[in-house]
Amino acid sequence: MSDSAVSSGWSPSETQLARLAWRHRRARRRTWVALASTVAVLGLTAVVVVSSPGWTRVRETFFDWSEAKASAPEILDGFRTTIQMFLLAEVCILAVALLVAFIRVVPAAGLAPLKLVAIVYTDVARGTPTLLVIYLIGFGLPALQLQGIPTSPFVLGVIALTFAYGGYVAEVMRAGIESVHPSQWASGRSLGLSYTQTLRMVVLPQALRRVLPPLINDFASLQKDTALVAAIGVFEAFRAAQVESASTFNYTPFVVAAIGFIALTIPVARFTDWLALRAVRREQGATA
Amino acid sequence: MSEPSAETTPQSILRLEGVRKHFGANEVLRGFDLEVAEHDVICLIGASGSGKSTLLRCINLLETVDDGAIWFDGRDICDPRVDADEVRREIGLVFQAYNLFPHLSALDNVTLAPRKLLGRSRADAEAEAHELLGRFGLADKARSHPDSLSGGQQQRVALVRALAMRPRLLMLDEITSALDPELVGEVLDAIKELKAEGMAILMATHEMAFARDVADRVAFLADGRVLEEGPPSAVLDAPAHDRTVTFLRRVGSGYSGPGPHIG
Repeated sequence: MSDSAVSSGWSPSETQLARLAWRHRRARRRTWVALASTVAVLGLTAVVVVSSPGWTRVRETFFDWSEAKASAPEILDGFRTTIQMFLLAEVCILAVALLVAFIRVVPAAGLAPLKLVAIVYTDVARGTPTLLVIYLIGFGLPALQLQGIPTSPFVLGVIALTFAYGGYVAEVMRAGIESVHPSQWASGRSLGLSYTQTLRMVVLPQALRRVLPPLINDFASLQKDTALVAAIGVFEAFRAAQVESASTFNYTPFVVAAIGFIALTIPVARFTDWLALRAVRREQGATA
Repeated sequence: MSEPSAETTPQSILRLEGVRKHFGANEVLRGFDLEVAEHDVICLIGASGSGKSTLLRCINLLETVDDGAIWFDGRDICDPRVDADEVRREIGLVFQAYNLFPHLSALDNVTLAPRKLLGRSRADAEAEAHELLGRFGLADKARSHPDSLSGGQQQRVALVRALAMRPRLLMLDEITSALDPELVGEVLDAIKELKAEGMAILMATHEMAFARDVADRVAFLADGRVLEEGPPSAVLDAPAHDRTVTFLRRVGSGYSGPGPHIG
């Protein structure tokens, strides 16, 4: 703003200069208050924790540097499996969720039985504790001893995560599809596009753009829930930490694993922030 | 068309017979009759809620009629066995709120349907779209997204999008009502050009001056029916019904002839 104003030979009035100076002072004052209060709160918390009677014990059990160094290689190795699992699960979840969302949205009379299945699935998947789903699929499915059922804990883990998260993501997708204004449907149909063509080429692209932030939020949650498949013996990061911890009776390996999980979700969180920022910029009229 | 009689009795492309449509307790269309001939420009006028939009949506099969028949191209398109998508390809509809696809550029908005439905190649469809956009003063806007266009520009893109399907009938639903007064002119000029090319147009409008200037016939809608219909000189300048007179006075059409006094 000010750049273009200066180029047109304008210089701010006394009143405007006084306003700017006041705003500058206020901004500086607020920065100092925020900084001081942050330091005070964090410092106080640190003092309370460190001066507590059991701190030495806690530090030895959870934050032992040599334990951390010793367990890190195994845990890092486990993260390779973790990452493979959630990436594979995310692809499967997207496919399942889109299918379920379509079945629930499309108003075709012939789909009525499938709609019922889709509704029951979302209700069950969202209501069941993820750990139970993992046990049921990880131990229950192979126990049926049916031909062709996978027995690899890795594959069973991916199936369980897909089942558990497909319900959430399907509801996010459905909300996205239904958030697109009916006039967009009318617009597509009036040109002669079929229902499916309108859904695929007009409604879905707009819906997906809107649901990207909540979708990524669900995937961040999935990443850390991948640790739950340790329960059926998949040797991923959390399982590696369990093994390390069991040999020394020290919890530091879990903290190492936690740092790894946090490190994996931070890029996802920043990506979501960036998407939100871009959406705001678009609304403000800048051409992307 | 080659027969000489076509000159005197232009071929009808759309004919409505006793069309009825209700929403809940609200009977919007109560036995609606209307005929549109080739190259005709027909303006539908009437108060808000008189059924103009519902009528256009029924003809476009976006709404299912309760009764009556809509003859288009020699068949009753209210028959459930008729392929609605096929009918809609031949009848263009432009909406008051433009309804452009916000995720697509102006060019892609225009070429989507011709590519998917008429089997046109991308290059072919884009060449025609560029030509159409150019004719309506949008040559430099092809790559712009709807959000970065003015209302008048968006509405002209919507018009081009409908025209790109080469419809036999173009329906316009109060397409200037959402525009600033200074932008109305550019859209109305575009419609005048289409009339000059012989496009059959059925439009709901509040632009009385435009209707007087361009319409072949004007139909005044009230109570879900056509109350009065005829050339603009008759309906707008010498209305036969008191209801028409009252409406024309309210919208400030410049009508100053005889009729009921409004206090």
